[in-house]
Amino acid sequence: MNALEVIDLTLRAGSFTVQDISLTVAEGEYFVLMGMTGCGKSLLLKAVCGLAQIARGRVRLRGRDITGLEARFRNIGYVPQDGGLFPHLDVLRNITFPLTVAGMKPVAARSAVEGIVASLGLEELLVRSVAYLSGGERQKVALARALARKPELLVLDEPVCALDEPTRRDTCRELRRVQEEFAVATVHVCHSRDEAALVSDRVGVMCEGRLLDTGTLQELATGSNHEAVQRLLNWN
Amino acid sequence: MSETWQEASSGARPAAGPRTESRVARAPEAPLRIVGRRLNGLSVLCGGMLVFCLLVVVGLVTADLFYLASRDLPPADIWRLFTGRAVMRAMKLSLLTSLGTLALVVVTAIPAGYALSRFRFPGRALANALVDVPIFLPPVVVGVSLLAFFGFGLGSSVKQALAGLGISLVSWIGIIMCQYVMTMSYGIRSIKAAFDAAPRDLEQVACTLGCSPWQAFWRVSLPLARPGVIAGCILVWARGIGVFGPLMVFVGTGPRVQVMPTMMWLELSVGNIGVSLAIAVIMLALAGTGLTVVHFLLGDRSLF
Repeated sequence: MNALEVIDLTLRAGSFTVQDISLTVAEGEYFVLMGMTGCGKSLLLKAVCGLAQIARGRVRLRGRDITGLEARFRNIGYVPQDGGLFPHLDVLRNITFPLTVAGMKPVAARSAVEGIVASLGLEELLVRSVAYLSGGERQKVALARALARKPELLVLDEPVCALDEPTRRDTCRELRRVQEEFAVATVHVCHSRDEAALVSDRVGVMCEGRLLDTGTLQELATGSNHEAVQRLLNWN
Repeated sequence: MSETWQEASSGARPAAGPRTESRVARAPEAPLRIVGRRLNGLSVLCGGMLVFCLLVVVGLVTADLFYLASRDLPPADIWRLFTGRAVMRAMKLSLLTSLGTLALVVVTAIPAGYALSRFRFPGRALANALVDVPIFLPPVVVGVSLLAFFGFGLGSSVKQALAGLGISLVSWIGIIMCQYVMTMSYGIRSIKAAFDAAPRDLEQVACTLGCSPWQAFWRVSLPLARPGVIAGCILVWARGIGVFGPLMVFVGTGPRVQVMPTMMWLELSVGNIGVSLAIAVIMLALAGTGLTVVHFLLGDRSLF
């Protein structure tokens, strides 16, 4: 069974349209969605998460139709570009937020996230205000929070684009390691070929609101007939 | 060797020749020192205006105290001015009605401010403008409008229904109505600004983490807007306790409805300036206490 199925999805945001997108992400797969800035990647992710209106098409999560479902019922872990951490809560309360919202007591919530916290090496940061975290630390905390309620799909919207190159590489490796450890299907949006090479099982390339091609990075770099795909993957 | 701040910002290469430790150490403070050392027209004008504004505030506050002191009253008499039965009754009524008004504004202005900040709906621009109308109306007009509203139609029916229950509008209810109409706009405006400053994206993130719209509001948006909401509440309370014009028109100056501003005016009109000044000092003290509490609670996050 596929973790995510997007079927003929059309979205509109003002005059911009994302049209006829169909893609699948298998269980445990790390799928990277690439494209130039403004091609509709983030809008597509938001629609999958239930944060953008769908004009036409279907979205299925593990076979369940979630097209009209509210974001809170989808069980999709979403990490926006800047992490989207809540500045009025410390690191621990950010991570346990989805569990306390679901009614879990703080002590039980802390126990429940111990594995994630240890896996991401966040033990030392738990009492710190999120205002004092570095870019890489912010993304780790956001990832831990997204994983806290054991999502069926992890959605990362340009999670490392604001980081310097060494931190970006380290964070990408960490993302891949954690994704494998928790065996969660992941959709990761980026516009960097190097970033995709570090994490992806498969890649999809979007251009001007359309999904042009999908496949492994190697397949697309050598076998795609689309000029936009070649331009994105084979620049030097 | 590190570059000085001027070189780093301009991208120029470091100048040739020996560089002293003191020059490097001073670099981060250099822009401030330039402002401090070289007075220019702009800094003189702005600094001068700030001093003038401060003098106006300090002058008004101290004038009341000095005037009281210059009357050569014994301390016991001055104490009686502040603690006379009528003054205490007016202060109690002012505090209770202004707090009642604040509660009413909080209950209505938080949802209204949130709606104006977050929702897009037909007529939003008109709603945004109408909310501000009481700010721009002369206060007496509010009092006259309230008289007119309760003079016919639905308002008259409400007035008669209340009268049937033994409740008169010429009471604390009328005072709260006047204060509410006069202060509601300040509350909505401050609270809307506070919600505008709280990132909407975080509400969406909260929804993906399992929050209903209500939970996203209570757990994310409202805590983020808290400094602005508290500042708005203080503003509403301070404005409410000072409402005068509409009260004179709508509830009058009877002994049961005398709040501090109306009592101050009455005492002044019969030449009893000592009591007027005592009330003025009390109101200044209340305003100062309110602002101090805000600064204590919010520190630099305060809008005031």
